[in-house]
Amino acid sequence: MCKPETMSEIVFKGRTGLHRVLICTGTGCVANGALDVYALFREQIRLQGIELVADFAELDNIARDSRALFISRSGCQGFCQMGPLVSVEPEGILYNKVQAADVKEIVEKTLLGGEVIERLLYVDPVTGQACRSQKDINFYKRQHRLVLAQCGDIDPESLAEYRAIGGYSAAEKAWVQMTPEQICQDILAAGLRGRGGGGFPTGRKWEMCRIQPGARKYIICNGDEGDPGAFMDRSVMEGNPHSVIEGMLIAARAIGADEGYVYVRAEYPLAVKRLRKACADALQAGILGDNVFNSGVRMRIQVMEGAGAFVCGEETALLASIEGERGMPRSKPPFPAQSGLWGRPTVINNVETLATVPLILRMGLERFRALGTNGSPGTKTFALTGHVANTGLIEVPFGVTLREIVMEIGGGITDKKGRIDPGGFKAVQIGGPSGGCLVKEHLDLKMDFDSLRSIGAMVGSGGLVCMNQSTCMVAVARYFMQFTQKESCGKCVLCREGTRQMLFLLDDIVEGRATPETLALLEELAGVVQKGSLCGLGKTAPNPVLSTLKYFPEEYLAHVRDKRCPAGECRQLARPEILAGQCKGCTLCGRKCPVKAITGEPRQVHVIDPGLCIRCGVCAQVCKFNAVTGFQG
Amino acid sequence: MDKVKYVNIDGRDIPVEGEKNLLEVIRKAGIEIPTFCYVSELSTYGACRMCMVEVEGRGLQTSCSTLPEAGLKVKTNTAAVRQIRRVALELILANHERDCTSCVKSTKCKLQDLSRKLGVEQVRFRAVQKPRVVDEANPALVRNPNKCILCGDCVRMCGEVQGVGAIDFAYRGHEVVVQPAFGKNLYQVQCVYCGQCARVCPTGALTPKSETAAVWRALQDPARTVVVQIAPAVRVALGEAFGYQPGEVTTGKIVTALRMMGFSKVFDTCFAADLTVMEEGNEFIRRFKENRALPLFTSCCPAWVKYVEQFCPEMIGNLSTCKSPQQMFGAVAKGLFSREMGIRKEDMVVVSIMPCTAKKFEARRPEFRIDGAAEVDHVITTQELAQMINEHGIQFRDLQPGSLDLPLGFKTGAGVIFGASGGVMEAALRYVYEKVEGRTLESADIREVRGEAGIREAEIILGGQTFRFAVVHSLANARQVIAGIKSGERQYHFVEFMACPAGCINGAGQPVSLDQDYARSRTSGLYGADQMLQLRKVQDNPYLKELYAERLGEVGGERAHHLLHTGYTARRRMKGKSMVIVDGQAAGKLEIRVCVGTSCYLKGSQDILHHLAQYVLVKGLSDQVQVKATFCFEKCDKGPTIKVGDKVIGHCDVNKALAAVEQAVANGAGVTGRP
Amino acid sequence: MPTVMFRKFEKVCAILKKYNNDPGRLITILQEVQEEYRYLPEEVMAFVATSLGLSPAKVFGVASFYAHFALVPKGKYVIRLCDGTACHVKGSDGILQALYRKLGLDEKVPTTPDMLFTVETVACLGACGLAPVMVINEQVYGQMSPEKAVELVEDIRVREGSGNV
Repeated sequence: MCKPETMSEIVFKGRTGLHRVLICTGTGCVANGALDVYALFREQIRLQGIELVADFAELDNIARDSRALFISRSGCQGFCQMGPLVSVEPEGILYNKVQAADVKEIVEKTLLGGEVIERLLYVDPVTGQACRSQKDINFYKRQHRLVLAQCGDIDPESLAEYRAIGGYSAAEKAWVQMTPEQICQDILAAGLRGRGGGGFPTGRKWEMCRIQPGARKYIICNGDEGDPGAFMDRSVMEGNPHSVIEGMLIAARAIGADEGYVYVRAEYPLAVKRLRKACADALQAGILGDNVFNSGVRMRIQVMEGAGAFVCGEETALLASIEGERGMPRSKPPFPAQSGLWGRPTVINNVETLATVPLILRMGLERFRALGTNGSPGTKTFALTGHVANTGLIEVPFGVTLREIVMEIGGGITDKKGRIDPGGFKAVQIGGPSGGCLVKEHLDLKMDFDSLRSIGAMVGSGGLVCMNQSTCMVAVARYFMQFTQKESCGKCVLCREGTRQMLFLLDDIVEGRATPETLALLEELAGVVQKGSLCGLGKTAPNPVLSTLKYFPEEYLAHVRDKRCPAGECRQLARPEILAGQCKGCTLCGRKCPVKAITGEPRQVHVIDPGLCIRCGVCAQVCKFNAVTGFQG
Repeated sequence: MDKVKYVNIDGRDIPVEGEKNLLEVIRKAGIEIPTFCYVSELSTYGACRMCMVEVEGRGLQTSCSTLPEAGLKVKTNTAAVRQIRRVALELILANHERDCTSCVKSTKCKLQDLSRKLGVEQVRFRAVQKPRVVDEANPALVRNPNKCILCGDCVRMCGEVQGVGAIDFAYRGHEVVVQPAFGKNLYQVQCVYCGQCARVCPTGALTPKSETAAVWRALQDPARTVVVQIAPAVRVALGEAFGYQPGEVTTGKIVTALRMMGFSKVFDTCFAADLTVMEEGNEFIRRFKENRALPLFTSCCPAWVKYVEQFCPEMIGNLSTCKSPQQMFGAVAKGLFSREMGIRKEDMVVVSIMPCTAKKFEARRPEFRIDGAAEVDHVITTQELAQMINEHGIQFRDLQPGSLDLPLGFKTGAGVIFGASGGVMEAALRYVYEKVEGRTLESADIREVRGEAGIREAEIILGGQTFRFAVVHSLANARQVIAGIKSGERQYHFVEFMACPAGCINGAGQPVSLDQDYARSRTSGLYGADQMLQLRKVQDNPYLKELYAERLGEVGGERAHHLLHTGYTARRRMKGKSMVIVDGQAAGKLEIRVCVGTSCYLKGSQDILHHLAQYVLVKGLSDQVQVKATFCFEKCDKGPTIKVGDKVIGHCDVNKALAAVEQAVANGAGVTGRP
Repeated sequence: MPTVMFRKFEKVCAILKKYNNDPGRLITILQEVQEEYRYLPEEVMAFVATSLGLSPAKVFGVASFYAHFALVPKGKYVIRLCDGTACHVKGSDGILQALYRKLGLDEKVPTTPDMLFTVETVACLGACGLAPVMVINEQVYGQMSPEKAVELVEDIRVREGSGNV
């Protein structure tokens, strides 16, 4: 089996004098100025008289020993918070937070002088040590990047680079050497499960569709990644669009589809652009089109941009949306594999799932199964965000513990001010608005489909939002409920009306109007919506409520019974008061109060009128003498 | 035994006999599964969650979307099922205008009924009603969004069965509403007022518009003489409001009730239907012989007529010019019979009792006025009549049957079957056949046209020629047939169209029935009544003969034509804004409007618009001229149509359009008022 | 500017033609039409409905379902504030309130009377690593604070004020 090579191995093979500078141009780094950095690099290189290669194909034109620089833009390398990221190869130096002003120095000192610029290195927040390369950084060290490996390594817009590292060899193998049954069997044997949330075996889904009669079938890539706090699919689509196309090609061969759609959510314009380019390039190269790998068979892929509806991540709603309808789910059966797009058999797979498929065929089933756990082989990407030192996109084998992810890769929980707080862990919300929370007792739980299901949670799309002690879990539940009720399609009664009423009940709780009956009703309603809703969105909408009720009942009770928010987050429960002993009468709070609820003469103790106060908390923020209390639980 | 599939429902094995889903099997087993969004004639929607049951091995499932697979074990009344239903109901009620006591749908409302049956005694959720404007600016229907529970039955009815699409869902989540395009009122869009939406609406969100107050006023006005006509379909359905079975004919009791209420004369629309057959039959024979304007389309159904005017204006010429029986009755009553009664026609009030909401619209069409007054003053539905009988306190079941007044109350069986799909065609054939062939039909029953299929076709030999005809009900079927006629795929001489599925007996004004087979029963009620009559062909109606002999003259003659025939106009589907293409600002600017309504669009008006706008820009006239794309001048037959200033130019093309603009500009249009 | 409306209309016709007047492409067509007008005017939706053979009620139903279709005109600068989980826990609401205060807007009135700014929230922009995130038209701004957001708005005001008067 051919091991997927990295670009470095290919580029530096038999060459001396060559450098490669890889600039991350994922959305995060671009927002922090990566494109300026890229442009400046090119300019500086020219000024220094070094030969510049910007296109992989041109590498062959330069002498093996000539002094040259190969400059590439990569997709997201995952460590978005530290962007723009610049790596220098073959030395393997990783610079972070590189600004335009640093470029000249990097060229002069590192490229020409072979010197490492210490101040641009990542410093471990715990040990205080500077890390020279990726492999020294805890955030990367603990990961196993498989799907994401190529994302940060190749130019996502270059078909040549993708092919150089073995891209499309798996699709070619599938189309030339394998039968559809074999492909389905191999994917089933590999144990690949859908990465979009449910964890349904991909091979079985394909087989269900393969055996359906019908000359026309469809393969759809679901890139409508809508969970707030999740951006794995975005990174793959932006960072390695060809891997998605290749996965679709293999799936198409397996099920007998001749047409495919990539449905990308509208918030991801860069992903749309790159996927469109990838399709066009693949079409031109004869990989897609009327004669795929000279098989005489046709396969086309269209990229469709969503129009802003979270519910379209649900597969039947997604189908409706592609057909030009309101994105409202319908009852199953019939399943899409039987009757999907335009009534024809259709397979819908998530981005990460499809991007994993070519890797499985390339690395072989055994090596794939060796990763992860028995029931959940392979790796999973997670978006690690929230109150954690290292945020970003990570990939780990299934089965690592939550502790490893949060404490080691993530570097630990941070407090309100962003400092690492060893005792700060409160919970991790997994799977976004459809998911639940994991708490202290789950820190050593293995992160895989079955272990998570056993405690009533789910992998979901892979968003991991870390929360510290200052987070109110009732407010978190309310936040997610606000999201789902806004995104409910409005078709079925339980979801449309139920999410709204749950939100009202949560409003009552966080605003101090709740009674013990409120809690009982909330729990009953959540149960009914979960059991009775039409689609996945509705069925999972109560999860944040149910799981916070389960793990943090005392926090709910404090709100309901004591009208108190222990985390101090629910402002409507705050009872702000100015401590006479602390107040110096500086008048600042009075001047900043937006509703003029604070009165007092200069150098006299000030007073808050609770009737006027809107509990915005500005007074507490501005007070230099910590005289305003009542905002903390 | 091994051939029959069984499903186990609450411990009993129930055979599956072609039911399309589990819900139908459960209902067959005698368990009334509650639903709001399930209507067997529409696609399955699965939104109300009321029909949930527990299926062994699968958990909770909506029975409407579950296939009745052999061996399923189903429990319909578990604690979980009851809890879901009750919570769902409470949720719906929290978002519903609960003024049940004064709601027209009260006692016939599914929401009210299920709330009571399922024992909902309190609504624990916050009332979240956002008051919305009630849409009642049209003569036929009242749309009250405050009572809408978003089951979508109306949307699917209007789209799937009627192919009209006047209403649809808009917005998302808890902001979802059912409404006409852009939040307009029904009268501003392509609604044909068939009212089928109201027929399936489980609540009071869509209801026929009541005119009972006006009728009471007329009845109690001593200066007025009020005569009434009863449509054929009313007699087989009104009884349902008083506990009779669907299809039971209660004409005699209706007559008595109407007399008690103060109507001077109680007549029968069936008489006018006989008259329609006479006129339409002759119109057909003439066109058939001349092979002109065929196929002839019936024009008794006002929803169908409006549909043609809006959606296929190019076929207007195929519509029979005969007025509908309702309007023929009005024309004869006011135009001829008032004198016989010795009253001025201004003092006569004609009331119709109709199964139909579109008839309310029809009666208000400007074409149907006689000396400035409407031929038919008020149209009330079967439901409204039942309400009036109740309001009066008449014990309907105890009434002695009365007889209809003569002469406009005398009918043949042909007029009676007008109320069912196929009836108009059969009545016409009974006449046309004998007239053309010159011999008597062996049997008045023409079974070829009967049946339930949405599109039925047959052929007979008539006057030595093959005569092909079709019977169509529901407008989606009509659309399909029209498309076939246009493409040449379907060839007929005569087609009967009715907008409502199964015909007038299933009109939106009929009582709400819970009986699954009610439509079939009402239809057989009508055919039974036809069978009971001695005279079953219009040509045998002695009073009709007398009417022609003494008043109308020749059938299809000038006098008859003046009184009994009408014309139609192309009608825009939607009232709305124009698209500005070139926005001249000068005072006295020349306005050029190009129609881009469907008909003109298909004939290439977009191209004209393109050239016109380009011309204006190239010639530097952009300040003096305003070019707009507008929707329909209601001259679709002459499309593409443009308007230059006040001048309408039909059958327009690019050259004609440019010439007209050049001319207008040369004449100084658009430059007046400029310094 | 007399050609603007004409050009837009021609573009709509070209879009319809490009997609073969296929009602199945309604969403894509509306997206491209919206790029021309910056929102979906009623009469344009009616024209699209006519051209695709769809009922206007349905076209409006689809347009009003999706958050990205604007049924009323938006400002020249559309400020979209991410309220995804990561941004939310890092204080996106404070930024929103600051912008609302600065521009005199709220949820009901999201566009300034001079049509310069529209402020809206989105579920998640997928740039959680940069939370809280704000996007002005296509430009992404990460690690925002209320002060930085207000500053950006002021910069635009100044730029527009000097450039366009």
